[in-house]
Order: sequence, then C-alpha cells, then structure tokens
Amino acid sequence: MAGSTPVSVSAEPPSPLGGPGGVPAARGARITGTSPWAEAWRRFRRHKMAVLSLVLLLLMVALVFLGPLVWRVPINDIDFTARLATPSWKHPMGTDDLGQDIFARMLYGGRISIAVGLAAMTMAIFVGVLIGAIAGISRGWIDTALMWLTDLFLSLPQLPLLLLVIYLFRDSLKAAFGVEMGVFILIVLVIGGFRWMPVARLVRAQFFSLREKEFVEAARALGASVPRQVLRHILPNSLGPVIVAGTIDVAAAIIAESTLSFLGLGFPPDIPTWGRILFDSKDYLDIAPHWALFPGLAIFLTVLTINFIGDGLRDALDPRKVM
Amino acid sequence: MGPYLLRRILIALPSLLGISAVLFTVLALAPGDPFEELATNPNVPAEVKQMLRAKFGLDDPVWQRYFRWLAAMLQGDWGYSFISRVDVDQLILQRVPVTLAVIGASQVVALLVALPIGIISAVRPYSWFDRIFSTLAFIGFSLPTFFTGILLILLFSITLDWLPFVYRADIAATGWEWWWLHIKQSLMPVMVLGLFQGASWMRYVRSAVLDVIKLDYVTTARSKGLRERVVIMKHVVRNALIPVVTLVALTMPAVFGGAIVTEQIFRIPGIGSLLIDAILRNDTPVIMAVTFVFSCLVILFNLIADLLYGWLDPRISFR
Repeated sequence: MAGSTPVSVSAEPPSPLGGPGGVPAARGARITGTSPWAEAWRRFRRHKMAVLSLVLLLLMVALVFLGPLVWRVPINDIDFTARLATPSWKHPMGTDDLGQDIFARMLYGGRISIAVGLAAMTMAIFVGVLIGAIAGISRGWIDTALMWLTDLFLSLPQLPLLLLVIYLFRDSLKAAFGVEMGVFILIVLVIGGFRWMPVARLVRAQFFSLREKEFVEAARALGASVPRQVLRHILPNSLGPVIVAGTIDVAAAIIAESTLSFLGLGFPPDIPTWGRILFDSKDYLDIAPHWALFPGLAIFLTVLTINFIGDGLRDALDPRKVM
Repeated sequence: MGPYLLRRILIALPSLLGISAVLFTVLALAPGDPFEELATNPNVPAEVKQMLRAKFGLDDPVWQRYFRWLAAMLQGDWGYSFISRVDVDQLILQRVPVTLAVIGASQVVALLVALPIGIISAVRPYSWFDRIFSTLAFIGFSLPTFFTGILLILLFSITLDWLPFVYRADIAATGWEWWWLHIKQSLMPVMVLGLFQGASWMRYVRSAVLDVIKLDYVTTARSKGLRERVVIMKHVVRNALIPVVTLVALTMPAVFGGAIVTEQIFRIPGIGSLLIDAILRNDTPVIMAVTFVFSCLVILFNLIADLLYGWLDPRISFR
C-alpha cells in the first residue's frame, strides 16, 4: 500500500515532512500513485471494526484450514469413556455424546461452512449480475419481464421453498454425486438460487445510470459493440455495490446452511457442519452446554465479522455513502 | 383508498399465480412419483396402478395437471395427509392461529424496539446512545435465530428455571392463569424473533430518519417555532417511515423463515413445525400446502404493507 501512505499523511498536518521540499513530493505521489483500490483500502482502514473483523476472520479461516495439520484427532473417533466431557487440554472444546472430539469436528465444519458460503455467494453474484445486466442494457419488455421475475422471487417464502426443494431433490442428487458432494451441490444451488435478486436490482440500477454517462457515450461513439461497452466500461464501474452485496451474501449463505443443518435437513450426521453440531447438541443442553456454545459462537463470530467487513467495504466502495 | 386497495389486490393476484406456478414446477420437476406409496406396494397389480394413474390424470400434460391442481387448491380441496390421514386444510387451520399469534406478537416487539431506538439514534447521530445501539443492532442481526433460541433456553430455562422451553398448546387452566401461562411460554420465542427483526429494522429506521432530517421542510418546521417533539414525530418520522415500510415488506419472507426455526426450537405447534415434521416423514400433500400457505401469508403481509404505504403517503393512493 505504498501509494496510499502519502495520502493519509497529507490528511494530517504535514509537520513530519519538515522542510518545504517535502510537500511537493507528497503531492506528486498523490497524483501518480493512488489507484482506485489503494484509495478504497485507505477508506476501508478508517472503519476500525471492519479492520478488526478482517483480522479476526482471516485468523479463523487460517485456523480452520491449517488447524487439521496440527490437530490430527479424527472427527469420528468414538470414545465412550470420554462421553460429553467438558473442555480440557485433551479435548479443547470437549466431546459429544459419542465421545467424538468437538474441536476436530468444528475445524471440519468450518471448512464446509466457508466453502458453502463462498460457492453460494459466487452463484448468487453470477446469476444476479447476469440478470441485472441483461435487464439494464436491454430495457423494454425484457427488462419488465426480468424485473417481474425478480420481484416474484423476492416475495417467495425462501426457507419453506428451500426445504421443499431439498426434500424433493435430495435423493437423486445423492445418487448422482455421492452423499457429501450431492448435498453440497444442492445446498449451494438452492441458497445461491434464492439470493440473486438484490444483486440483480443493484446491477440494473447501476447500468441505468452508467449507460448514460459520458465515458460510455464516448465508447459508443468510438464504435464499441454492446458487449464491449458492457464488459469493459459499464460492468467494472458497477462492481462496488456488488462486492458489498456479495460479502453480505457469504454471511447469509452461512446462516442459511446452518439453519438447514440445524433443522436436520442439511448435511447428514457424518458430516459435522456447525449447524449440524448445534442440531445434535440441542437435546443435551442441560448436561453439556459447551457442545452447543462452541458451534453457535463460531457461526455468530463468522457472520458478525463478515457483516462488519461488508459495512467497511460499503464505506470504501460505495461513493454515495462516503461522508 | 378503496380503488387503491382494489388495484393492489389485482397486482397481488398474478404474483400468487406466479408463486403457485413455481411451486408446481418444482414438484413436477422433482424425480420420484407422488404415487410411490402404491408403486412400492407389491399387493397392487400393475393394471390397477395404470387405472389409478389414468383416473388421477398423472399422465396428462404438465399444464393440464397444473390447472387441475390450482382449481383444487382454490376450492379448498387440499388432499389429505399421508401420515395422519386427516384433511390437510383442517390440519393447517388448527395450526395457523398459533403461528400468526407468535409472528404478530414478535412484529409488535420488533416495532417497539426499532422505532424509538432508531429515531433517537438518528436525531443524535454518533452520540454514545447511537454508538451503543448501532453496535447492539449489528450483533443482533448477526446472531442467527436458532442460536439465540438456544442461548435463551440455556439462560432462562436451564440455569434460572424461570420459563418453560416446550410450548404446550393444551394448557388446562382458565381465566387469568391461562393467559399468564401462555404469556410465559411465548415470551422466549417472541423475543427471539422480535429482537432479530428489531435489530435490522432499527438500522433501516435510523438511516431513513437521517436521510429526511436534514431536508429543508424540517428546517422550515423548526423555524416556525414548532416544538422539537412535534417536528420529529409529525414531520420527520412520518416521511421517514415510507421507505422503511418497503424494506419491512421485503423482509417478510425472512420473518417466516425465522418463524419456522423458532417453532422448531421451542416445539410450538404452528405450521412451521408442521412443515418440518411433514418433510421428515415424506408427507408431500402437507409440504405443498404449507409452502403455499406461507406464500399466501407473505402476499397478505405485503398487502398490509401497501395499505400502510397508502396511509403514510396519500399521493400513492391517488395516483
């Protein structure tokens, strides 16, 4: 972030620069060295909670992905002598009703939760950008029809429909891709398929305002084809709010997956996602509260940090919201 | 207001049709056969199976089946449950009041939390009050309802033993005691749902009031010498609520999702837990009907939001 440093210095009193020669140097760096991304990073850093959340989230991701290299306890190691044990050095998060190590299961579940979150977000963004871009560039009846579809999807009761789709398609996908992969694909498709609408609306609104801007008009006057106008000029400039929405979508997808697993309709019991661990633990709340607290806290912390990062990104990328 | 309401209902009808089409498409695309029960039963000969299929029109084109299904749904013929052998509409009618009561009460709680806190936060932005409650709101809507429910059960039912954590529909008491027991057992579910909604609505209210409070007509109202209270309540809030109503209507589907989870945690006998039970027991008619009822409820609440919208902004109902 070398380019951004002079800018933040110039925002403060220029006393550390000392001599009169320091000021033009700083000004020169500001003109040449501030890319939009460095500028966005500078604004992002002003949001203290967002930076803290980013650090925390990266730590959790690192723990979940690198942890199994160090913590080599298998997730399905049944040990009835250590049933429902409270946290200790041997089992940092205690054990469940079969004596399985909860910490190992949490690390495994975290990888799945994050994978589901990212994959569902990618799916939602892809569909949303596609539909929003088509509606925004073509207008007319295509736009009307696509927006009617968007509004229809927005008024669908999502969780009941999610459950319905999972109920109807679970078995055939399991047969086609295996238990783990089948459920994963189904959950990602379904969560992604019900979360693209806000993105589509955002992209469409951005397209409506951007396609009338001078730089797009210039590109059009130079003879750029419609796909080129969209891909090179309009789309890159409309990505800011999409990135913000995408960040929030990761959190929403993680909650959706945990909700499904918590209702006992997500991943099967041998795949311990955080929601699934919580589901298994809820009949033992009175004797083993730690079993429920750790996965719940993990979901909460992940969602909270992602939401804060989204808030910081909004400050950084959405020019309308900057004070 | 009358013609406006009629217009909104006319707009709501196509979306109801659209939702029913989506539902039916999902069912039609699904692998497997609604007659699996018969297909796997070796006592039913193949000819009988064929005759039954022909009788119920299972081999007709999709669109014919859709219209037949829709007509049956509209006439209140929702089939019967595979498991309990009861008519689906009766099963649902028994359970809808509980769900509506819990959802309604939690929406009231959400409004009571979101409105005052959101308004005070926006009137004094970046004060300590605003900072504390903005952070709390962030925490509030990052806490998934299933975890809040478990936390409340841990605290109030297991540790303190104040509240029951299983909802009982058949309370054998009358008069005040009946009310008292009902309030006691619905307190936790209503709080779980209400505080979650309240947290996200508070942010909407705050940013909507912030958008309005700097406008010229508010300054005019102040310079006329109106008291601050009147300026805020009559001039600012009423206009700020217009976008809030839209956002609240948009979050209605999520409210029903939260209701399903809450009903499942506290074992409330509403349509949400009916849906989960039906899915776990492969009871297709009940699943379809409950999903349809949820869709209707979402549209109903959207209509209510439209009415509120017309009351808050009379220009809309004259357009």
